[in-house]
Amino acid sequence: MTDTDLVQNVPLTGIAEKVGARLSRRHAAERRFRAYGIASVAMAVVFLAVLLTSIIGKGYSAFYQHEVQITVALDPAVIDPDGKRDHHALEVGDYRTLVRNAMVSMFPEVADNRHERRELMDLVSEGAEELLRDKVLANPALIGSTQTLWVPVTADVDQLLKGHMSRDPARGGQFSERQLGWIDSLTTHGLLKSHFNTWLWTQGDSRQPELAGLLGAMVGSFYSLVVTLLLSFPLGVATAIYLEEFAPQNRWTDLIEVNINNLAAVPSIVFGLLGLEMFLNVFHLPRSAPLVGGLALTLVSLPTIIIASRVALKAVPPWIREAALGLGASRWQMVVHHVLPLAMPGVLTGTIIGMARAVGETAPLLMIGMVAFIVDIPATPLDPATALPVQVYLWAASPERAFVERTSAAIIVLLLFLGVMNAGAIYLRKKFERRW
Amino acid sequence: MFRKTFALAAFATMAFATAAQAGDQIRIVGSSTVYPFATTVAEQFGKTSGFKTPVVESTGTGGGLKLFCAGNGPDTPSISDASRRITQSEIDNCAANGVKHVAEVVIGYDGIVVAQAKGGPKMALNLDELYRAMAKTVPVNGKLVANPYKKWSDINPKLPKEDIVVFGPASNHGTRDAIVDLVMDKACEQYPVIKALAKGPKQVACDAMREDGAFIEVSENYTVTLQKLLAMPSAVGILTFSYLDQNGDKIQAATIDGQVATYDNIASGKYPLSRPLFFYVKKSHVGKIPGIKEYIAEFTSEKAWGKDGYLAEKGLIAAPDAQRKAEAKKAKLLPDVKL
Repeated sequence: MTDTDLVQNVPLTGIAEKVGARLSRRHAAERRFRAYGIASVAMAVVFLAVLLTSIIGKGYSAFYQHEVQITVALDPAVIDPDGKRDHHALEVGDYRTLVRNAMVSMFPEVADNRHERRELMDLVSEGAEELLRDKVLANPALIGSTQTLWVPVTADVDQLLKGHMSRDPARGGQFSERQLGWIDSLTTHGLLKSHFNTWLWTQGDSRQPELAGLLGAMVGSFYSLVVTLLLSFPLGVATAIYLEEFAPQNRWTDLIEVNINNLAAVPSIVFGLLGLEMFLNVFHLPRSAPLVGGLALTLVSLPTIIIASRVALKAVPPWIREAALGLGASRWQMVVHHVLPLAMPGVLTGTIIGMARAVGETAPLLMIGMVAFIVDIPATPLDPATALPVQVYLWAASPERAFVERTSAAIIVLLLFLGVMNAGAIYLRKKFERRW
Repeated sequence: MFRKTFALAAFATMAFATAAQAGDQIRIVGSSTVYPFATTVAEQFGKTSGFKTPVVESTGTGGGLKLFCAGNGPDTPSISDASRRITQSEIDNCAANGVKHVAEVVIGYDGIVVAQAKGGPKMALNLDELYRAMAKTVPVNGKLVANPYKKWSDINPKLPKEDIVVFGPASNHGTRDAIVDLVMDKACEQYPVIKALAKGPKQVACDAMREDGAFIEVSENYTVTLQKLLAMPSAVGILTFSYLDQNGDKIQAATIDGQVATYDNIASGKYPLSRPLFFYVKKSHVGKIPGIKEYIAEFTSEKAWGKDGYLAEKGLIAAPDAQRKAEAKKAKLLPDVKL
């Protein structure tokens, strides 16, 4: 009864209007928020798409490379004049003359003109000599025979055929009419073709773009990461466990916690300077070594790992701990047998994020000499080496235009590295994840 | 967990135990202008000599000489590349750290070009116009005033009516010192008002670059300058000749005093903005670090630094025949550098 009285006393129409107006305003706000959300996601996607298309668009052409087929007579009088088949003599043999003879045999009309011969030799890379040398050293019995093989052309010819360079000398073309004629004739005869660029995967750095590879940088990155993982994972997880499960809550642990959080925000060049002072000047570790790089990167990734591990440990429900302790487990057993395995997915994700940050760092490596021109592939973590992001930087700084596409190719390889690591993180998380 | 920690400890001891093997490989530091040449020689040397390929770091001339002069230990660099001559204070610093014997070799020449994106109107500049475009204070009507020029046409009506924007090397580059030497000092010495100044104020008046946004310092490498030029066709940038040589389809160089920046003009000395390039050798390392003599021999051979050598292809301007001969002789004997 009283209810109906109330309803009748209040001007009903006014409320409905007010509620209706407020409701539509609230709905509009929600729609606006959704629109902002979609817009920001769309913007991120557009940026990513632009970035990826520009990198892949510039870089994909570095994965193939033009090669020319030459038929070389391995003349013993040229490579081994003494006839002793001595290893050193074969190493320093005059393979350039062999390549020149092979090129001239395809265009006999240049045989008597020194200038034209030079122009012809400008088409074929020094890599041809290396290939021949390797072939002969591997099997000295080949001397005296005639071999047919594909050898790389110079980076300029490659750029011309990929359409990155004009044929017109007035517009930056580097070739004479005669050279263009040779290139066309080789192409029409099927002797000049593009092949998968194996050099990029099997060689260290080089000043000749067509011979430059990423293997040295990949091995260097790998060694640094192994050192970083071996150091930062146990240290980081142990620190997190101690702080989260064992340490008393007092002013000291608070101070440590604040400092760890601050360390995560320290610019990485600072860790490089620390690495220079400590590892190089005090411990006298070798300059440019991935071991030192790994040590510096450990400093970079350690705070990330500690913070992520602590969060993961915190997320394990307290009743797991209480049940373990209630059944008579020691604190150590409780942590190792129950809490840590449950926290593992989060710990691993944090570790891989820390590693992914480490793999993309160049600044700490600058100070310890890993930003350098290094040709030899490092055999141990103590040999001089670069890392993938450093290779990107070095190639980007090179004046030769063929390094433009190789820079993008190196970025693609670095992104693949990161993609594989992140995929690993997702896989491990899925594998160990437990719900309760 | 525990097993991993032990593995780590074992790894660390192994690492420290074998760390003493530094010094079986040549280490080279120094100028980013010399870097393309030093690395090319290093690669050739590594492929053909049987020695390990030297490690080359691009640290800038000043930074390189600092590392080079840090001591005689096997982990210090054996060779430092430079795009300017070593200074007396650097020699003193070397000597203070025990590096008493340093030899100098001139490897060739480098041209400094004033470039802009292709397609724009070709600029013809002289040293004075370049100085007036870049200096912080310039003499106008016999008085030193803050640089008033906004457009190139303010300096010389024949020049384009474009805002002055110059991308130039920051002071960590040896090229900056060369610009100061070759352009600023030369041009400003012509004015009586500056000539009358004492040495200190004169240096300030001549060497300070303008800070009102018309001169933009680039502290990274020249690729950055190159990209800025392509993005901003009205701007000019200061680059080394090898960048012009490799990117002739994208950029063009202004003529300086009527001279075009070509290989021949730089080599003959007609083009005014050219400078010698050097490397410095730590003599205490010769005979200790394997391959130093052989590396120097490779660098100073005709097939490398000669007129038709492989360094010419990378943009190095060969020194005149007589100078190459004299420098090659110096490279064999390695006498101490004397300023």
